[in-house]
Amino acid sequence: MSKVLVVTSGKGGVGKTTSTASLGAALAAAGQKVVVVDFDVGLRNLDLVMGAERRVVYDLINVVNGDAKLAQALIRDKRNDNLSLLAASQTRDKDALNLEGVTKVIEQLREKFDWVLCDSPAGIEKGALLAMYHADLAVVVTNPEVSSVRDSDRIIGMLDSKTAKAERGEKMEKVLLLTRYDQARAARGEMLKVEDVLEILSIPLLGIVPESQEVLRASNLGAPVVMSSPNCAPSRAYADAVRRLQGETVPMNIPVDRTGLFAKFLNWRVS
Amino acid sequence: MNLFGFFRARNTAPVARERLQILLAHERAIVGGSDLAAILREEILAVISKHVAIDQDKVQVKLDRGGSISTLEIDIEMPAFEGK
Ligand SMILES: Nc1ncnc2c1ncn2[C@@H]1O[C@H](COP(=O)(O)OP(=O)(O)OP(=O)(O)O)[C@@H](O)[C@H]1O
Ligand SMILES: [Mg+2]
Repeated sequence: MSKVLVVTSGKGGVGKTTSTASLGAALAAAGQKVVVVDFDVGLRNLDLVMGAERRVVYDLINVVNGDAKLAQALIRDKRNDNLSLLAASQTRDKDALNLEGVTKVIEQLREKFDWVLCDSPAGIEKGALLAMYHADLAVVVTNPEVSSVRDSDRIIGMLDSKTAKAERGEKMEKVLLLTRYDQARAARGEMLKVEDVLEILSIPLLGIVPESQEVLRASNLGAPVVMSSPNCAPSRAYADAVRRLQGETVPMNIPVDRTGLFAKFLNWRVS
Repeated sequence: MNLFGFFRARNTAPVARERLQILLAHERAIVGGSDLAAILREEILAVISKHVAIDQDKVQVKLDRGGSISTLEIDIEMPAFEGK
């Protein structure tokens, strides 16, 4: 049975695209057939983060409009056969996507893949609503910061009222992915703690992804961070999150990079 | 900056947390995180005011979203009964 998952947040720039790419790549590494779909029409970025920007010929809108077949628009990842990308269009036409077209594409994707990961645009407008509409499960990406938490609360309300599941009277499953987390600052009381955000949003925790330079490095290279640097802290967080998505019980921790004083001291001694 | 000011400037997360809790309790009830809750609230109010004259200011509506269930807490202060 295939699963449609939306990666959403309300607020922009919190790590949706980064997370979609890495959750997708980690699921594919676990042997699942995965497609990551960019719903950010006009501001596509998932192709860049995946390193496939020069291979985009057809996109989601072309498929919706019938200008291309789905098979022509799917871009298979060069590093992992199980992973495919469906890019967003760079059109400025906000109405290029419609529910009918999206419904058809999602139906076809469900037949081909075990997981369909939808990278939502920021905001609470049409694009975000279309990205979440067919979801079976929502990953709410939140930073430990007031405006991000508030916007996530808004998005949770919309997931509970504006999706196909909600309209059928079913319960939408929602999980929290706390990203760009800085444990040291949270411990000093400078930043909301995991427990604070969980208490306020009251949805189950999928994972805690620490703030790390490796994420920027990965996007520079055009690879999901779980591929470019599989052992760094964010990659371990994403790998654990994916195990939880597959139903495993994995103890929750906040991975840290071994770049503290002690590591520096070691480096200094070696050099 | 004195020592007290130094600590005050740093330890701001608890303030953030409290502000969010207050704000979201309000937004969930009024803006309506869930449309259903907003509709229920309106209709319940309408039904009650058909039978009892209630002061809108004495009505408190709170929506709490839990992991598996949400609760709509309605606290209505009724006018004193004038019967014998
Ligand atoms: N764990 C992290 N550590 C450090 N930087 C991060 C982390 N996660 C994301 N970033 C950075 O934050 C920025 C925004 O990330 P990303 O594009 O994934 O967010 P988004 O939610 O998709 O944004 P948008 O709403 O614009 O689509 C990027 O520069 C990315 O490299
Ligand atoms: Mg994005």
